[in-house]
Amino acid sequence: MSAAYWRRAMNTGLAAAARPLPLPHAGSVPAAAPAPDPYAESDAPRWLKFLWRHLSARHVFVLAVVFAYPFVATPFFTFQIAGQALALGLIALSLTFLGGYGGMVSLAQMTVAGIAGYIVSILGSSAQTISLGWPWWVVVPFALVISVACATLIGWLSVRTEGIYTIMITLAIGVAFYYLVLQNYSLFNGFQGFQKVYPPTVAGVNWRDPLPFYFLALACCLAGYLLVKWLVRAPFGIAMQGIRDNPRRMAALGYDVVAHRVAAYALSGLLAAVGGILFTWYNGLISPNSVGTGWLINVLVIAVLGGMRHPIGAFLGAAVFVVLQTFAIDVIDRERFNLVIGIVFLAIVLFSPDGLLGLWAKLRSRFGPQAALTSQPRRQA
Amino acid sequence: MKVTKRFAMRTLVGAAAALVVTGAALAQGAPVKIGLLATLEGPFAAGGADGMRGAELALIQRGGMAGGRKVEIIKGSSNANPDVAVNATRKLVEQDKVDIMVGPLSGSEGIAVKNYSKTQPGVTFINGGSGAQATTLVDPSPNFFRFNTEGGQWMVGLGKAALDKGYKRVMVIAEDYAFPYSQVQGFMSEFCRLGGKVPMKAWVPLGGKDYASTIARIPKDVDALLVVLGGADAVNFLNQYEAAGGDKPMMGGSITVSQDVLNYRGKRRDSLVGTIAAGPLADSYDGAEWKAFVADYQKHFPVSKGGYPSPSLFALVYYTNMKAALDALDAVKGDLSGGQAKYREALAKLELKMPTGTVRLDGNRQAIGTTFVTEVVKDGKGELSTRVLRKVDNVEQTLGTPRDQFKIGSRDEPNCP
Repeated sequence: MSAAYWRRAMNTGLAAAARPLPLPHAGSVPAAAPAPDPYAESDAPRWLKFLWRHLSARHVFVLAVVFAYPFVATPFFTFQIAGQALALGLIALSLTFLGGYGGMVSLAQMTVAGIAGYIVSILGSSAQTISLGWPWWVVVPFALVISVACATLIGWLSVRTEGIYTIMITLAIGVAFYYLVLQNYSLFNGFQGFQKVYPPTVAGVNWRDPLPFYFLALACCLAGYLLVKWLVRAPFGIAMQGIRDNPRRMAALGYDVVAHRVAAYALSGLLAAVGGILFTWYNGLISPNSVGTGWLINVLVIAVLGGMRHPIGAFLGAAVFVVLQTFAIDVIDRERFNLVIGIVFLAIVLFSPDGLLGLWAKLRSRFGPQAALTSQPRRQA
Repeated sequence: MKVTKRFAMRTLVGAAAALVVTGAALAQGAPVKIGLLATLEGPFAAGGADGMRGAELALIQRGGMAGGRKVEIIKGSSNANPDVAVNATRKLVEQDKVDIMVGPLSGSEGIAVKNYSKTQPGVTFINGGSGAQATTLVDPSPNFFRFNTEGGQWMVGLGKAALDKGYKRVMVIAEDYAFPYSQVQGFMSEFCRLGGKVPMKAWVPLGGKDYASTIARIPKDVDALLVVLGGADAVNFLNQYEAAGGDKPMMGGSITVSQDVLNYRGKRRDSLVGTIAAGPLADSYDGAEWKAFVADYQKHFPVSKGGYPSPSLFALVYYTNMKAALDALDAVKGDLSGGQAKYREALAKLELKMPTGTVRLDGNRQAIGTTFVTEVVKDGKGELSTRVLRKVDNVEQTLGTPRDQFKIGSRDEPNCP
């Protein structure tokens, strides 16, 4: 795919999406229903209007809670529970974006995250002699660029497939990468991987201490969350959802389906890469097991557990996942604690196919007012 | 009003003081919390469960008490991945507030937990079963102790036994990661020093099942093969080697000559007789203390309750490390005050009486212990079993090389073609 072709494809796609969308469309694709333009009548600063329109009490409440949390919780809860959940949540968010809004379930999101983690380990500093020890402000952009390039490549390979075949091909790519890093010693250091991959000390702050790491992860996650929220209402995101619901019709309308899907992979790759770097810094190490099949599937479990219909689901799922992984062993003090984890996952998915968000929506529709978190038509699956 | 206030104030101060005093007294009699981490999931789940049994046995043997205090074990689990091991350890240390940590089980986990131990100077870390050389050789942690010997030490004595059998040129076939590197180093450093040659080393991928290309590369002029593969993979190799018409005698690593191999039914079965191997334990060792240990294990963990017929390697190493933790608690009478300084001193000085021999620590807090060289023999009923050829005491981690010249084993280290 040449760059010119790409640009053309994206331009036509965006131009088309920027037009008021044809109404007959709205019946089958309510996601594309024309919303009142939030900027039309504004002469105040845009961002302020935007903020006032979109910030509600629950947003303020959640923000207050996440900001106050590390000052109330112990360092253990700040770092191991919340820090880990945020990093994993960001990786799961990339899958939620891809799966929930693009209709493409990729198992290779952890692979993209792992590529970012490996690049950071190889170019940055670690306990291994392979590492080049470059400064972080070179390493991190490099890692992001390479991971996004890999994600684009993975997307380009897999977008021609649908449903279960996408899962198969991305799983194959993930497993291939696992064996590559397991058996390559000159670059990836094989079975051992890299140890002591820590975040840099910037501005006199050790970013691996619980409090700084928490806020670093929180900032990245907020940025990722807002990016996804903004994207899914931008012309590109709306076209994405159209393609998810009916690719043929979107193609007939002049959208380049493949280009949109590959672009979605690239964007989700960026989210996964940031999450991957955070997760590697959190662990302080990366080894082939970090990109093994177990983790490939765990990301899917987290996304499904939380619910794929809204970006917050990824973080909810990650929080539940981490808490269960950490504390299930205290519930049954035996060798069977994995059973507890399995049963909880099974119960959530069984009683609410939409994960925790679906459960929340059910509760809201039963007890609360109608305007539930997930009941707005543009977010319907 | 004023009076009551002052009175109340005094009472409060008094009560607080009383609380502090009783608190301190309680701390002396409070149970010692020991975190116990092993792999209850993943590829070493069975080994991890047996490791737990070994550690529990050490506590059962002294009635759940050490140094006059009750000992409470809090278990953690990992799946042989270093990140999971550190997460589980951090939970035990920071959330459950254990005083002493015993674990983890596998090599790369050990390195990761050692790195973590540096951030927790208030807690004493004792290894579980992990045997990576780098854990205590490179950048050791002042509060990480290892009372089990590691992969390289487990192979000491095999080089001499090979030469005694007349094997002068040996080809190495081993899995491509740190543990087999150290095993091969333990064999070669002695073997090469005594004049043996290793013209070729074949590193096969971990979990690989096809050895055809390796078998094709075996030179005609070698006298024997050193096969450092896990038990089931060793049987795979034997089958394929037999099919290819191979006839070289075999030597094994510490986890190669397992029950899988002894139960091998192929045509080459008889040629297995005389296979030598080395390791930190030998089922057939007939020392009285070892027999007592095995009997005790069988009594508390009979096969009907999930135990093994005889304690596995992991049961022994976890028993060793847990016993060290408890013996040192006895030595300081349960006193963990002063940032556990006295306790650590006691650990460093400990002469640990083990069923297999005495264990001491070196300057890096790494065990100096015993290794057994074993040989496969055929008994009257035609069953294969092992017997002890030689017991080597006081095996050091640097394998007899001066510490400043010692290099950690790798694909190319050591080398004597």
